[in-house]
Amino acid sequence: MKARSKRLMLVGGGVALLVAAVALVLSAFQQNLVFFHTPSEVAEGKAPTGKTFRVGGMVEEGSIRREADGLTVSFAITDTARVIPVSYRGTLPDLFKEGKGAVVQGKLEADGTFRATEVLAKHDENYMPPEAAHAVEQAAKAAETVSQ
Amino acid sequence: MIPELGHFALVLALVLALVQAIVPMIGASRNRLALMAVGRPAAQGQFFFILFSYTCLTWAFIQSDFSVQLAAANSHSATPLMYKITGVWGNHEGSLLLWAMSLSLWTVAVTVFSRNLPDAFVARVLGVLGWVSTGFLSFLLVTSNPFERLLPAVGEGRDLNPLLQDPGMIIHPPLLYMGYVGFSVAFAFAIAALLSGRLDAAWARWSRPWTTVAWVFLTAGIAIGSGWAYYELGWGGWWFWDPVENASFMPWLLGTALMHSLAVTEKRGAFRSWTVLLAISAFSLSLLGTFIVRSGVITSVHAFATDPKRGLFILALLVIVIGVSLLLYAWRAPRLGGGGSFSLVSRETSLLGNNVLLSVASASVLLGTMYPLFLDALGMGKISVGPPYFESVFIPLMTPVVVLMMFGPFLRWKDDDLAKAVRKVAPAFIASVLIGLGTAYAVDHVTWRTVLGLSLAAWVVLASIQLLAGRITERAGAAMGARLRSITAAWWGMWLAHLGVGVFIIGVTLVGSLESHVDVRMQNGQHAELAGYTFTFRGVRDADGPNYDAARATIDVTRGERAIATLTPEKRLYLAQGMPMTEASIDIGPFRDVYVSLGEQLEDGSWIVSVYYKPFISWIWLGCIMMGLGGVFAAADRRYRRLAAREATVAANQRVA
Repeated sequence: MKARSKRLMLVGGGVALLVAAVALVLSAFQQNLVFFHTPSEVAEGKAPTGKTFRVGGMVEEGSIRREADGLTVSFAITDTARVIPVSYRGTLPDLFKEGKGAVVQGKLEADGTFRATEVLAKHDENYMPPEAAHAVEQAAKAAETVSQ
Repeated sequence: MIPELGHFALVLALVLALVQAIVPMIGASRNRLALMAVGRPAAQGQFFFILFSYTCLTWAFIQSDFSVQLAAANSHSATPLMYKITGVWGNHEGSLLLWAMSLSLWTVAVTVFSRNLPDAFVARVLGVLGWVSTGFLSFLLVTSNPFERLLPAVGEGRDLNPLLQDPGMIIHPPLLYMGYVGFSVAFAFAIAALLSGRLDAAWARWSRPWTTVAWVFLTAGIAIGSGWAYYELGWGGWWFWDPVENASFMPWLLGTALMHSLAVTEKRGAFRSWTVLLAISAFSLSLLGTFIVRSGVITSVHAFATDPKRGLFILALLVIVIGVSLLLYAWRAPRLGGGGSFSLVSRETSLLGNNVLLSVASASVLLGTMYPLFLDALGMGKISVGPPYFESVFIPLMTPVVVLMMFGPFLRWKDDDLAKAVRKVAPAFIASVLIGLGTAYAVDHVTWRTVLGLSLAAWVVLASIQLLAGRITERAGAAMGARLRSITAAWWGMWLAHLGVGVFIIGVTLVGSLESHVDVRMQNGQHAELAGYTFTFRGVRDADGPNYDAARATIDVTRGERAIATLTPEKRLYLAQGMPMTEASIDIGPFRDVYVSLGEQLEDGSWIVSVYYKPFISWIWLGCIMMGLGGVFAAADRRYRRLAAREATVAANQRVA
């Protein structure tokens, strides 16, 4: 083999490897995106059913209830405009509290309940998850538009 | 008074950084020794002032001087002394000061250990480091003054975030920063080489130990951070693909590529432009990591700051560094010329393949971390990219990396015979696939992930044994001691680090496949079963600490009739911020961890208890320790000192002549 064709093969092999790797990364990326929706969007049916997504907002006051097994928890997430019922089985984060911000990840059931597989709360007292803050802000904006 | 002195020292450090950035550079371009010689004292003086400033800040924390805003926000008079000291870096301003201090420490190390390098080269390296330092010190002084006064002073501080009141906080941030910032030295060497147009084997040899040491720090920092998250966050995960973890993992991946690429440049003169590009990228990713962590653009445990001005400043710094170095690269790189040629089947090719794969892996992490931020910044909706993405990318990308990693060392530099090399490793390769399959059957978990992971681990171990055996039998006739002594420290380092990857894979695979977990509701005397262990709840008592109240449960762990351990998980309430915290309790073993954490107390007085069985999880960190030790061996190779000594003599002779 001549030096030039050797070099060509090396470069060609490298490019092929790179293309394959990039294709892999992009397809994995496409399949694993998790979208975020506000409680208002979910209530209006804009969120997909049967697909994992995130909802954020405040945990509604007085909504946390434990099932008889003591492990399943139900609560509601609100952006002050609409309320989404959530059910979750497992341990809640330390800073999960009524009236505070939280983000839940999971799927929407046919009966309108959001079955969460993951619950994220804030990390310290003066911090609100940006997604939760965003949801409340959106609802406030929507309310302004309506009242005008 | 003391905080003002600290502030003033920081200003002086900035002045010295500017001197260090400008004067030696001019000296190098005009070839004036007197100007070049300014670099060393300027760097050392700068370190003195930063250290002084840092000590002043620490003093404010120790003395609970709550007229200093930072101390008021991050300390408390009842905080244990250790966490008063470490609380200095548990916030935006203080951690940036730590960043600047690490940079300065690395610079001083360069001034001490570079006596044998050409003066002009050292002058340029110090100049580049001076510019980086100037950028960070002005960032500190302009946007994030750590000595800001709070007037009137408050009576009591808000205390350090309880998550950070842990021994992990003492070592994780400094190690991580030493690693992050350490890549600035490799970066400065690369820029200096571009400026001087001298990008040769000698440059690669000078860069190698610095890069390796920075990589060792980064490896240790990441591993400790992961271990900390494992026991502190209370649910036994060891890696979360959190943006901040990714921020440290990206430079690690590129740093790994850089170390190997430097090896080729040193030994064979090849890959020069690629190596320079890697050095620039690794440091740029370190800066990007600082931007991600410190700009408040992400939701994370690490996100302290949410001031857009700061984010903008780091972003500008980032753009300048990347822009200027890439321009310089575009201007100079074409003139560097290629290195030694090599054929398709050679050790160079295997290293090149892994370099490409590691870079793609790093880019994929970058994509997953930055894309949601971009979309959000452009107002195009909020999305998140979770662990499933990273896992589905990493397994296929890292599998060939691990195969090549053990195949490469069997290949000769420059040119080898593929058929011969394949025949050499084929038995080990086939055996490892069989071992992978067999072990997966034995542990009764036959999924492709388990089989793949165990096969790869077996391949690493078998190939390592074969490599060592080959190395020892190489010099037939010599005594065993002589044969072992003939192996260099650098070779042992490579061998150990690669074996560490195998150990790491065993841990990741087995904990991923065989771990189990159950949440139970328990009352005094009740039992729970998991993976053959019985957990008996023995009640909860008060166990208050200096700045928190705690409930401590006692849980006996038995296996059959045998007592295994008594675990004492806690639920704490930190008083200053009213913040609850979960402290897990773990029985650590060589082949499994048993992990218990307390959930909340229910109305009837029972507790929710989370119980985890984590087989082989310590092997993850054992693997990291082996990798880190491998790096230490590689950097300690005698050859660097011997060559350095020889170059010193040559340089001295030249000076005399």
